[in-house]
Amino acid sequence: MMANSGTLALTAWLLPALSFLVLAVVYPLRRLGRPAAWFSIVCAAAAFASAVLAWRGVGGTEDQVRLLWPWLPSAGKSIAEVGVAVDATSSIMLCLVSLVALLVQFYSVGYLHDEPAGALGRYYAYQSLFAFSMMGLALAPNLLQLFMCWELVGLCSYLLIGYWYQRESAARAAVKAFWITKAGDVGLLVGIVMLWQVTGTFDLTELRSLAATNAIPVAGLSIVTFCIYLGAMGKSAQFPFHVWLPDAMEGPTPVSALIHAATMVTAGVYLLVRTDWLFALTPNVLLVIAWIGAFTALLAAVLACVQDDIKRVLAYSTVSQLGYMMTAIGAGVATAGFLHLLTHGLFKALLFLGAGAVIHAVGSNDLPNMGGLARRMPQTAIVFIIGTLSLAGIPFFGGYLSKEEILGAVWAGGLTGPFALLMIVAFLTAFYMFRVVFLAFFGTPAPVAQITHAHAAHASHAKGVHATTAGTPARVAHTDLHNETVVEGAHVNETPHAHEPPVTMLLPLWVLALMTMAVGVYTTFGGRVLLDPAGPSVPETAPGWLTPSAVGVAAAGIVLAWLTYQTRTINPVTLANAFGPIRAAALRKFWIDDVFEGIYGVVLLGFARVVGWVDRYLVDGVLNLLSDWTVQAGDELRGIQTGKPQDYVYGVGAGVLVLILLMRLVF
Amino acid sequence: MGLQPYLLLSAVVFCIGLFGVMTRRNTIGILLGIELMMNAVNINLVAFARYTAVTSGMVFTVFTICITVTEAALGLAIVILLFRVRRTVMADHLDLLKG
Repeated sequence: MMANSGTLALTAWLLPALSFLVLAVVYPLRRLGRPAAWFSIVCAAAAFASAVLAWRGVGGTEDQVRLLWPWLPSAGKSIAEVGVAVDATSSIMLCLVSLVALLVQFYSVGYLHDEPAGALGRYYAYQSLFAFSMMGLALAPNLLQLFMCWELVGLCSYLLIGYWYQRESAARAAVKAFWITKAGDVGLLVGIVMLWQVTGTFDLTELRSLAATNAIPVAGLSIVTFCIYLGAMGKSAQFPFHVWLPDAMEGPTPVSALIHAATMVTAGVYLLVRTDWLFALTPNVLLVIAWIGAFTALLAAVLACVQDDIKRVLAYSTVSQLGYMMTAIGAGVATAGFLHLLTHGLFKALLFLGAGAVIHAVGSNDLPNMGGLARRMPQTAIVFIIGTLSLAGIPFFGGYLSKEEILGAVWAGGLTGPFALLMIVAFLTAFYMFRVVFLAFFGTPAPVAQITHAHAAHASHAKGVHATTAGTPARVAHTDLHNETVVEGAHVNETPHAHEPPVTMLLPLWVLALMTMAVGVYTTFGGRVLLDPAGPSVPETAPGWLTPSAVGVAAAGIVLAWLTYQTRTINPVTLANAFGPIRAAALRKFWIDDVFEGIYGVVLLGFARVVGWVDRYLVDGVLNLLSDWTVQAGDELRGIQTGKPQDYVYGVGAGVLVLILLMRLVF
Repeated sequence: MGLQPYLLLSAVVFCIGLFGVMTRRNTIGILLGIELMMNAVNINLVAFARYTAVTSGMVFTVFTICITVTEAALGLAIVILLFRVRRTVMADHLDLLKG
């Protein structure tokens, strides 16, 4: 059984690659759209099945099944291998990736049903490529393969954010995401190479045994681990690199669920989980990780409170939860972070897909356009609330135990400051998520007229007619800019009534909701072996008051949201005014984007101007001078050519004389 | 007779031809000069063939005479065409190659 796991994992890894290659090469299949989609889904389903079998095969053991082929031969042996390394951590990550990839691909059939066939084929090709890359990242036996897949998922993220590349904002968001994560990736590459310089190997197992025998010199290792952490910061959207993730919501919602919630953004956390023994050697870097993580969690939670776009709320909440995971790693308990990664992958994918169903039905991303949806789409409301309760960390729901573990780990690690920040975040998380729930699913429905307008605008878009904004309310014009369904043409309704999504979308929602519930119930009653086979690594020193206070804080957040947005006992405007300056700053995203733009505008563009001047006037100048001289010399010499035949005869005669003289005198 | 008188004759004819080519303004005159130079070469060939008793020199002379004839025909045809186009055959008026 053990030997089998490697093969099974390899199968799971290569099936999406097959799907991608077929879709990429077989142009007619890709152009068909829907058959291409089903082909990709079948491959994803088979990959998921093999992933689960591989995971069952590994069981709860610490052993690693490795299936390697030499790669990059040099001086008789290979610098690195390519292949799969299956152990408890990587196999469960493989399961998560393949599960969410499968559900998202299935969901996309319903969500993107109005897409042109060719674009749909392209979408599924990208999806398959992403699944392949992410699984390769999870299974990487060495840092080099990990880095390669790391870059590939970044590329897929870029391609899928910019899926509607005709829209300028989507294209810009894609480029922004690519460059900001790339800035971190440079750090990762430098870190990997520096580590190789010290140890002479990329292999994770070899590195681990070196670390275990203290064979890695600790002097200067902080720089290496910090560089690796830089890569994780970019990918996992840690402050100040978090700015790309909210903009990445320009992509289709299923993409946000898969890449920007469940899998790719957690790659940074996963990297640190895979190399936690290395980071354990550098406690100072761990402290930085913990503080940045906690700060990111708080910053993103505050930002999430003021967002009106449902996807942006979820995006900031993802950033915030990534901060949670990072703090746990910083506290030295990577398994707690990894556990949260897994549960978060489930319930955040659920939340995003639920939000997608809402957007699909309402035709808008903005919370003010929603309201009272629970009556029209009860199933969506139920699964969304399950996801929200999970995120808030309520017992019996998915995120409960993992969040407790993180808080316990941070407290046990003696990080009082980050612990306090995380408690505030727990409160804010419950508050802003239930704000979304109450605004979208309860309360009064948005005025019908406005929804009709939104639909009208988007219907005319679907016909390719540019909607004139004259006479339409300003908010609809705003919708034109931000509402993805305008381009996407999600669902053109005759009636303005929102409705339950089709079964292709409901099924993944229920699967995720039930799994979240199952995990929640299972873990609440003390079971954790299934999810965390490495065993309970959190020292059971978490104080007894931790669980009641964490749950109490979350409940307080829910109550505040209920009072503010449901019963209206507290006027939302009063509440907003109470936090005037913070709110104003949060609406400007704490000027972090502005700082980035300033750096871009002043430093980068300034440097580009200097370089451009050097190129234009120094490099080009030398060449232009030479060519000018040549032209001038030609102008001077052309007078020799008189055009008269006899002059040429004189020339020949003179030449003969010179030759004769040369022969006589010189040779 | 030895070789020398023939070579002398050949040199004289060649120089007359060269002088014609250099000084004549009329294109037909230049062509005549070229013919003279060619014939000077022919005299050289024949003289050396006799002197060294190698018959291939004679054969070559026949070839060069043929080529001379065709060259003269071609040259005259060009001159006639030139005259049709430019209404002149004066060499110093034909300076299209002037730089």
